[in-house]
Amino acid sequence: MTLTAPDQTVAPALPAPALAELGLRESATFDRATIADIQRAAETGIYDIRGWGAKRKVPHFDDLLFLGASMSRYPLEGYREKCGTDIVLGDRYASKPLRLDIPVTIAGMSFGALSANAKEALGRGASAVGTSTTTGDGGMTPEERGQSKHLVYQYLPSRYGMNPDDLRKADAIEVVLGQGAKPGGGGMLLGQKITERVAEMRTLPIGIDQRSACRHPDWTGPDDLEIKIAELREITDWEKPIYVKIGASRPYYDTALAVKSGADVVILDGMQGGTAATQQVFIENVGIPTLAAIPQAVQALQELGMHRKVQLIVSGGIRTGADVAKAMALGADAVAIGTAALIALGDNSPRYAAEYAKLGSAAGYYDDFQDGRDPAGISTQDPELSARLDPVVGGRRIANYLRVLTMEAQTIARACGKAHLHNLEPEDLVALTIESAAMARVPLAGTSWIPGATGTGL
Amino acid sequence: MTTTLESRESQRTAPRAFDLKLGGVRELNRTLHHAADGDAFAVDHPGGKHSIAVGVNSEVEIEINGHVGYYAAGMNQGGRITVNGNAGVGVAENMMSGTVHVTGDASQSAGATAHGGLLVIDGNASARCGISMKGIDIVVGGNIGHMSAFMAQAGRLVVCGDAGEALGDSIYEARLYVRGKVASLGADCVVKEMREEHLAELGELLRAAGRDDDPVDFTRYGSARTLYNFHVDNSSAY
Repeated sequence: MTLTAPDQTVAPALPAPALAELGLRESATFDRATIADIQRAAETGIYDIRGWGAKRKVPHFDDLLFLGASMSRYPLEGYREKCGTDIVLGDRYASKPLRLDIPVTIAGMSFGALSANAKEALGRGASAVGTSTTTGDGGMTPEERGQSKHLVYQYLPSRYGMNPDDLRKADAIEVVLGQGAKPGGGGMLLGQKITERVAEMRTLPIGIDQRSACRHPDWTGPDDLEIKIAELREITDWEKPIYVKIGASRPYYDTALAVKSGADVVILDGMQGGTAATQQVFIENVGIPTLAAIPQAVQALQELGMHRKVQLIVSGGIRTGADVAKAMALGADAVAIGTAALIALGDNSPRYAAEYAKLGSAAGYYDDFQDGRDPAGISTQDPELSARLDPVVGGRRIANYLRVLTMEAQTIARACGKAHLHNLEPEDLVALTIESAAMARVPLAGTSWIPGATGTGL
Repeated sequence: MTTTLESRESQRTAPRAFDLKLGGVRELNRTLHHAADGDAFAVDHPGGKHSIAVGVNSEVEIEINGHVGYYAAGMNQGGRITVNGNAGVGVAENMMSGTVHVTGDASQSAGATAHGGLLVIDGNASARCGISMKGIDIVVGGNIGHMSAFMAQAGRLVVCGDAGEALGDSIYEARLYVRGKVASLGADCVVKEMREEHLAELGELLRAAGRDDDPVDFTRYGSARTLYNFHVDNSSAY
C-alpha cells in the first residue's frame, strides 16, 4: 500500500499523548490508514494492489506456548542428545520421494515476481542446508534449477512456461489450487515487471498488466483432479511426488479431497501467507488464519488414516523456530517460508530507509512488490536494483536463517523431550487466549478447557 | 512453419501393437517414453481410458483405434498421434510439438495451454477449446463450445463451423478464424480485418489439416488490446 493520502506533505503530527491531552481521539473504525485508503480509492478509482499477506492481527503461533519437560517428562540434553530434523516427502506413490535434511522449505515464488538473483539466492541457501525451493507462476529458470538441489515445480492455472522437459527435471510437482493470501484468486503481475525475459517465459506481450486464471483450464473439482494427477504421474513415470497446494478456507474438506485425488503431499497456506500482487481487500478479507487451518487439515488426514502418510506442509506466517515447532506439534510434517525468506534476504531492512521514503513507504511497511522498484533488489526486474542482491551473499543469509529456524525448533523439541521434531505433539502445547485455544484445539493455559472440543469441532 | 498432418518421410517400421484390453496405460506410456524417432505404434481397445499416450517425447507415429478419455496425447512433444474416435477432456493439453488428429469429436479444453504443434479435430469440440493456448494451431472441422480461446495467448484457432458464447474472452495475441456464426464475443475480443497475410496463413492451416475450405469464407477475430493495462474506465470488464 503506497501512502498517497493528500496530506502526506504536511508536517508530522503531534505525538499521540499530546493529541490526547488536547482532547483529540482517533476513530477505531475510521483510523488514519482507513482514511488514507478511502481517499486513495476516491482519487484513483481502482482498488489497491499490494504484496505481503494479511496485515491484520489474527490469532497466531504467538498465542501458543510449549509445556517444557519437568518432573513428568524427561528433557533431552542440548548438543549431546540427538534431535532429528530430516523428513521424507511424497513416499505415498512416488518412486523418488524428496528426502530433506530440515523440515523448513522455501515456498513457491515466481521468477517475474522475484528477480533472478533472488531466486538464485533462495536456491543456494536452501541447497546448503538440504531443503527445497519452489518455482512459481513463471516457469522454471535455469538459474533456479542449477542452484536448487531439490526443486519443486509448480503446476498452476496459467501454465506459463509449463513444459514436459521441466516437469521431468523437477524433483516434485506442486499442483496449485490456491494460496493463503487469496484463496479463490488468480495471479497478477503488473506491467512494470513484465520485462522481455519475463514476457517470453510467459508467452505474453512485454509491459502488459498480466492477470492469470484462478481456475485450472482443463480440470474442475476433485474427480477431475484425480485424473489430472494420474496424467502428471504418467508423464513423469510415477517418479515425482505430487503435492497439492490449497489456500486455507475449508481445509478439512480440501485436505480430504486432495488425499482422495491422490496427492502425496498437501500444502496448506494460511491467510498470512504472502503474495507478490493482490487486491488488498482480497488479502485482508478472504481465507482463515494458519493457526485455525492446521487442526482441520490434520483431522481430515487422521480420519482417513493418512496422517504422516500424506505429508502436510504448512505455510503462512512462519518466522521463528518456535513457529516451526508449533506448526509441527499441531501435526504438520514440515513448513514453508516465503515472506520470512525475503526478509532474510534484506526485504524491508532499515538499511533502505531513505529509499523506502522516496517510494512513499518505510522500512517495516514496504509492500509494493507489484511495482518492481524494490530497493533491496528482490521483488524487481530492474537490472540495477537486482544487481544490489548478490546471490552468493544472499544464499548465505538464507542458509543462516534456515539453520537458526532449525536449531530454535530443536531447542524447543529437546525441552519437550523429543528426539525428533516430528515427535512434537498437540499435548506439548497450551494456548494464551480463548480464541487460539479454540482454533488450535489445545487447552487454555492453566486449564483443561478446549473451547468447542465437545462439539463437532468444525 | 506450420506443422502438417502429412506423414513424415521417416522410415515407417511395422507398428507395434498394444491392446489396452490386455495391457495397461502405464505399460503403454512407459514404452512410448523409451521409443526412438520413427517407431510406430497401434493402440487397440482404448476404451475411453485416461492419459493415453501422454508425455510422448520422440517423433513416433501412434494410431489409437477407438475413443480415448481425458488428456490423451497430453504434453506431446514430436509425436504424430491419431485418435480414430472421440476424445475426452483436454486432448493434446499443453502440447509442445507434433500433431494430434481426432477423427471424431473432442470434449472440453481441447488443446488447452498448448505451446506448439497442430491439433486437428474433424468433428466438433466442446467448451473451452484452445483455452490459454500459447502457440498451438488448432483446426476444428465442426463447431466449438462456449468460452473457447479464453485467455488465448498465442497460436491460431480455426473453426470451420460455429463458435459458442464468449469466444476469445480476455484474449491476448492468439488469432481466431471462424467460418460460421459466433454466438457472442468475450471481453476484449473483436472482429478484425482479413488481410492478405491472414488469408495466406489460414489457407496454409486448412491445408495442413487436410481440408479444402475456402479462406475467404472465414472471419478473423482477435484482441482489441484494451484490457492489457488496468484502467479505471474498464472496471466493468474486470
